[in-house]
Amino acid sequence: MAGLLELAGKENLSLAGVVIRYQEELEGKPREEVRGIMAGRLRVMREAAQEGLTGDFRSPSGLVGGGGKFLEKWRRAGRSLSGTITARAIAIAMAVAEVNAAMGRVVAAPTAGSCGILPGVLFALEAEKGLAEDQLVDGLFAAAGIGIVAARQASLSGAALGCQAECGVATAMAAAAAVEMAGGKPEQAAAAAGVALQGLMGLVCDPVGGLVEIPCVMRNATGAAHALTAADIALAGVRCYIPFDEVIAAMVEVGRALPASLRETGTGGIAACPTARRLVE
Amino acid sequence: MDAFQIIGPVMIGPSSSHTAGAVRIGRLARAILGEIPCRAEILLHGSYARAYRGHGTDRALVAGLLGFNVDDERVREALELALRQGLEVTFSEANLGDVHPNSVQLNLKGRERDVHVLASSPGGGQVVIKKIDDFPVEMSCELPTLIATYPDRPGVIAAVTALLAGAGVNIAGMRVSRRAAGRQALMVMETDQPVPAGLVAALRSLPAIERVIAIDPV
Repeated sequence: MAGLLELAGKENLSLAGVVIRYQEELEGKPREEVRGIMAGRLRVMREAAQEGLTGDFRSPSGLVGGGGKFLEKWRRAGRSLSGTITARAIAIAMAVAEVNAAMGRVVAAPTAGSCGILPGVLFALEAEKGLAEDQLVDGLFAAAGIGIVAARQASLSGAALGCQAECGVATAMAAAAAVEMAGGKPEQAAAAAGVALQGLMGLVCDPVGGLVEIPCVMRNATGAAHALTAADIALAGVRCYIPFDEVIAAMVEVGRALPASLRETGTGGIAACPTARRLVE
Repeated sequence: MDAFQIIGPVMIGPSSSHTAGAVRIGRLARAILGEIPCRAEILLHGSYARAYRGHGTDRALVAGLLGFNVDDERVREALELALRQGLEVTFSEANLGDVHPNSVQLNLKGRERDVHVLASSPGGGQVVIKKIDDFPVEMSCELPTLIATYPDRPGVIAAVTALLAGAGVNIAGMRVSRRAAGRQALMVMETDQPVPAGLVAALRSLPAIERVIAIDPV
């Protein structure tokens, strides 16, 4: 992350700007083409959100489906406690995660289990702040920058490091995307990512019955709300002491210390609750 | 790791490591065999063994063997489609040793040959082929990949790399291993450019080369 920020400072680029340049060089393709690929990913996210908010489906286990629709109805009725942007974000995040659980088509961001968090934050800000598609694409590139750092210095596998490496990193990515789209500096995007991940440090991977359903779908919704909180903390200028690189290193330490039962084996944490066991009997 | 591996892949859920990664492993194993297998014995390890049903890992591996992409909605029906196509599949849990928790061994039977592939999906849809038959390898197949088997003797590698050089194909990474000195050897090369069919044919016609497999990035 330090390297990305240094480059951004030297070239006077946003976080998204640095990542787009990196991707251009890597692929040897012009900027517009690289942006176009990302816009394609955004379209799939939008279709998944649409399907999740309006479709009638359940996961093969029958345990999840329709939650995003409930939240959307609640929001439209003006009854949400969490405010307009957050209410939209959590409905979309849950809806997309449900589409994933039902073996629908999604964009892993960075993983499938955490695929609702970015679309939730992106489309909520689009609707409430009137953002253009180009700004959302910038948000995705900023998010990708955070994800690249996490993948290089840690891992994106719940089986290796717990849910902190999936929903935790997705939340950090969404926080950075929100800062980017709000016009924040690269340092603020990195700070938001760091704050987001600190808040989810140690999050375990404990899927009920080994399914990407409970608590994964709920965690996509809470992750989206959490990302907006972290973005606000960074944008407001609250001093965030621990650099993102060090937060990632801590996540690796913590993840390695997790027993196997809390790393995607479906044997500990929420998965081990009596009700959880009954649900998947 | 690049931006489109982080914001991606576009895939059928529910898990990038247990579903999308598994589809890619199946596709690669099929490419290494060189045909759709008629039988597949699938040994699941660690988290793959414990969580494969709920993640659709079984359907995903078979979808890959049938040649489907990670975003193909037929992944959901892959087990039924395999039955209809005459692909017989068995799943069992196994301890594959000191490997990533998301690992699987595919013992494939084709019309022409059998092949054993050990692979892992460390997360985010990434895959690594760790073993082909008895040969340890390290293939992520993000670049065009060439696999060749040949008798372990001087000059074979030079003959292969000379053909690649002549065709303007740059080798990004290379690994060779062998059963024992002078016995059968296997080389894996990742290239920066796609490998044209003519070059693959030229490699196959080299006297020392037993078999060449060219795999496009999946």
